[in-house]
Amino acid sequence: MYLRKTILATGVAFSALATASFAHAEPTAEVLHWWTSGGEAKAVASLKEDFEANGGTWVDSPVAGGAGDAAMTVLRSRVLSGDAPAAVQLKGPAIQEWAEEGALADLNDVAAAEGWDDVIPAAIQDVMKYEGDYVAVPVNVHRVDWIWANPALLAKVGADSAPTTWDEFNALADKLQAAGITPVAHGGQPWQDATVFETVVLGLGGPEFFQKALIDLDEDALKSDTMKAVFDQMRKIRGYVDADFPGRDWNLATAMVMNGEAAMQIMGDWAKGEFLAAGKVPGKDFICAATPSEHGYLFNVDSFAMFNVSGDDKVAGQKLLAELIVGEKFQETFNLLKGSIPARSGVSLDKFDDCAKKSEADLEAAQEAGGFLPSMAHGMALRGHLAGAIVDVVTAHFNSDMSSDEAVSRLVEAVELAKD
Amino acid sequence: MGASQSTESNLTASIQRHLSKIVVAPSFAASLFFVYGFILWTGYMAFSKSRMLPSWDWAGLRQYERLWQMERWHVAIENLLVFGGLFIVTCLIIGCLLAVLLDQRIRAEGALRTIFLYPMALSFIVTGTVWKWLLNPGLGLESMMHDLGWTSFKFDWLVNSDMAIYTVVIAAVWQASGFVMAMFLAALRGVDQDIIRAAYMDGASLPRIYFGIIIPSIRPVFLSAIVVLAHLAVKSFDLVIALTGGGPGYSSDLPATFMYTMAFQRNQLGVGAASAMMMLATVMAIIVPYLYSELRGGKKNG
Repeated sequence: MYLRKTILATGVAFSALATASFAHAEPTAEVLHWWTSGGEAKAVASLKEDFEANGGTWVDSPVAGGAGDAAMTVLRSRVLSGDAPAAVQLKGPAIQEWAEEGALADLNDVAAAEGWDDVIPAAIQDVMKYEGDYVAVPVNVHRVDWIWANPALLAKVGADSAPTTWDEFNALADKLQAAGITPVAHGGQPWQDATVFETVVLGLGGPEFFQKALIDLDEDALKSDTMKAVFDQMRKIRGYVDADFPGRDWNLATAMVMNGEAAMQIMGDWAKGEFLAAGKVPGKDFICAATPSEHGYLFNVDSFAMFNVSGDDKVAGQKLLAELIVGEKFQETFNLLKGSIPARSGVSLDKFDDCAKKSEADLEAAQEAGGFLPSMAHGMALRGHLAGAIVDVVTAHFNSDMSSDEAVSRLVEAVELAKD
Repeated sequence: MGASQSTESNLTASIQRHLSKIVVAPSFAASLFFVYGFILWTGYMAFSKSRMLPSWDWAGLRQYERLWQMERWHVAIENLLVFGGLFIVTCLIIGCLLAVLLDQRIRAEGALRTIFLYPMALSFIVTGTVWKWLLNPGLGLESMMHDLGWTSFKFDWLVNSDMAIYTVVIAAVWQASGFVMAMFLAALRGVDQDIIRAAYMDGASLPRIYFGIIIPSIRPVFLSAIVVLAHLAVKSFDLVIALTGGGPGYSSDLPATFMYTMAFQRNQLGVGAASAMMMLATVMAIIVPYLYSELRGGKKNG
């Protein structure tokens, strides 16, 4: 009997010890992401260093492949088996979808302590919050509506800057074509077609139309004459690309601009990384200009969503991670490596290049003018099935001789079908 | 003593009797669960409201209705018919022809046989990537012809929405026809030489012997080849991904790539499951009559 009591007491003591040691355990966070190559891998490594310098234990779960498709499949099975990672690279409305499943953790206390409401732009807050609670943290802002141009080729037809209206764009492209220069470098993959499409929607329709058509999916906007004009412009752009464009990767299209094989590319600012890696100087070797629009700015924000975890060490790790990600130091190092700009105000841009500074200035102007909008082509504006339905129509139109009228009616049908 | 000996030998005998079943049981159980279990699961998912995560809420035939209303699914199905039809027919013709030619007791038969069979050793990803380079107008065949001075040469199927699916046929035929050849060659070697000699005696010409005697007698090989090729066609995925990426646009989508897009990229598990069930139905439509005829034939012979 006595012996038994001793064993029991020892057991209790041990378990108490164990609990105590857990309570004081280092903050731990498992991070699921697919940033496994190049500047992105370095950017994640900088976060890891930061996290470990602050006493955390970083458990890395990189899942490469399929631009995140593989990671999402892993995430699904992890959540279903009740073993979610603490932080997952997740963006746009996908955050809301996971929050609806009740899988995400509440970060309001960190947000209040760090004053996120004051430093993060409101439109980005909307993406990070579910029913008013922070469930995710933004790491960067990529701008989608850029034109990357080769100044030497533009000079051949007497132009010294990128066009500021779509009419100018067409006039310039016609001149380039007449001079035997491929006006537009483009890779024919559905997401790239959609990237060009949404910049045209923003330019020809304006921010308000963009909001109605591609975010609210308003039927009148989708079948309006403006939308027809957008498809007309897409057909024109199709005439400006070279014959071998289908299937080409975006970075090869960027290389065409760099090597003087084509004059312009419409692509997000990850293209800048290609120029900089090749030692090109913004303003001299390449021009970065916004695609024609009235103070529009399409953002593509990467973020980490925080999943429900159990255990004090894991919760502490999660909160520490969230705090560090939004912190000024990480936002600076990460974005310098990734080629984007910080997702919060108050970070000095001294070390950034001219294109990044322009991006930041345009961001502020766009916010005031109400043109700071989420990108549809990059999964910021719509849920996957809705965006997919639109992209299907856009890419089918761009890669065939479909008329604008037919494209518009197919667009309305596809959106209707995807909605229910 | 005697009793225990007899139990022991009984046990040994019964183990020996059931040995084959015992050995097969684990893999049987595994395939029962992992293949048929998951087929049932997918079948249920196709009737559920599943989107991002699997859900058990009943949606009836709604997912199938949505599937058949999608323009992209119709493109995928048409492509499957074009691709599957041409792939099977061309592979049979080329495979059969190669086998007949090799069957002429020629020199270096072994080397040629190996060369023809080699493509089968490659993965579809490799085949797709190589043919992508070959068929790209700016890199491959077309640019080579232009460099050689034949500037009017044009072969842009890979970047042409209407023709892209045919490039998939070309690459797939290149890969699989050697395998079909091997099947036919084995069958040709199995034909009774006495009958052929007898036909010779009667003065039949060589083509006549082939069309009248040999090919009819290897009819079962045609069936097997068709079944193998048909299921290759229905499940083809990697070749399309590597060669055209489903493009231009989605013009060379096949049901398998459609299913992947819906289930894993667009959070449409329900529609994805419905399309998977349609693919299963297609395979069943080919396999079941084949199995039926095989099993009936077996009974007749036995």
